[in-house]
Amino acid sequence: MSTAAAAASRIDAAWATLDAVPDPEVPVLSVRDLGIVREVLEHHDGRLEVVLTPTYSGCPATEVIAGSVREALVAAGLGPVTMTHRLAPAWTTDWISAEGRAKLLAYGIAPPSGIAALAAGNTVRIRPPGVACPRCGSGDTERLSAFGSTACKALHRCLACREPFEHFKPI
Amino acid sequence: MTAVATSIRVRATPPVQYVLRIADTCLIHAQRLAEWCGHGPVLEEDIALTNMALDLVGQARALLTHAGRLEGQGFDEDQLAFLRDERQVFNLTLVEQPMRRSSAHAPGGDFADTVLRNFLLSTWLNGLWTRLMASSDADLAAIAGKAVKESRYHRQHAGDWVVRLGDGTEESAARLRAALERAWPYTHEMFKRDAVDTAAEAAGLGPARDALHADWQREVAAVFGDAGLDLPADTPFMSTGTLGRHSEHMGFILAEMQSLQRQHPGGHW
Repeated sequence: MSTAAAAASRIDAAWATLDAVPDPEVPVLSVRDLGIVREVLEHHDGRLEVVLTPTYSGCPATEVIAGSVREALVAAGLGPVTMTHRLAPAWTTDWISAEGRAKLLAYGIAPPSGIAALAAGNTVRIRPPGVACPRCGSGDTERLSAFGSTACKALHRCLACREPFEHFKPI
Repeated sequence: MTAVATSIRVRATPPVQYVLRIADTCLIHAQRLAEWCGHGPVLEEDIALTNMALDLVGQARALLTHAGRLEGQGFDEDQLAFLRDERQVFNLTLVEQPMRRSSAHAPGGDFADTVLRNFLLSTWLNGLWTRLMASSDADLAAIAGKAVKESRYHRQHAGDWVVRLGDGTEESAARLRAALERAWPYTHEMFKRDAVDTAAEAAGLGPARDALHADWQREVAAVFGDAGLDLPADTPFMSTGTLGRHSEHMGFILAEMQSLQRQHPGGHW
């Protein structure tokens, strides 16, 4: 096997491993689904570098995620691994994969809509447009609070089936 | 014998002081919001206030780390947060004012004070982060690019509550008006240009505070319109926390935040 092919397969193996590392707060999503792994690079010194970006500035899961990513890669025999923390460009929910969105919906969390609508109208009292109920699919819902059990989710209520639910906030 | 950590002394050059003003404003505001943890008027609000505090702590951590790099003596975020004396802390005086009704040093606080202050502050921070995204300092611009998204939700949430209280009952409206009267004199400091601002503006580090005023006033007035509140008349009072000269409440909040680290130097978990 050529060196280039070996490098590619190590990086592919790393990405496949990251598919199985769950987000600690929304475990139905992998860190890869979440879009927070920006790059996996192999260096000449034999080191694998994983570039992570945080979801929220104060997200307490950030350090846990870095630790579990490193552990998983080392356990898969892909080490040594170094972690790099990258702030810019800032993470956006638009980076959550299509598969990730489907998983959120199946888990009972309304997936985020696109952020374009939010950025366009930079008014004080923004409202995410049309959040459908993840249980019954009705669009007749209302938001109870912009902050839910974690910083990344808002609390909503469905006016059709009367069930409360969480919405992954577009950011 | 218990070791006691001695204070650090930062070299507060204009760029360092500029970044510390923002960092300290986020940090002290976060500490006040977090006083509601377990005491919110409803569970949802308890969660919201502490979630916002968490975002602000995250922003403060990034800014303090950056201020440490600019300062050059190798201080990290913890040393800067826990080992500076009052005169070297540069937050807006508004954020150190007592907030919660039953906190030990806050005989007059009200939930309306929290709502109103958070709205005035998050609107101000949102305007500041928006401009800092164009900073000549790439690290500062990156921190701002992240924080601006978070501040939108803070501002929105606080704005919703301003309207809810202002457009609610006679009682809630009266209490919101009283909170506005208490907070308003401190807003001068949010727009007071000094030499630190002028240096930051000249270097492209970030805006001078007076440049934030027009947008802030327009956004605040729009929400006040929905809430049935008028913008109060200006008062001559000028607070000076951004110069390190604080109100009588600052010593208490710093003692609460710093005592553990002072008694157990370098302790972490």
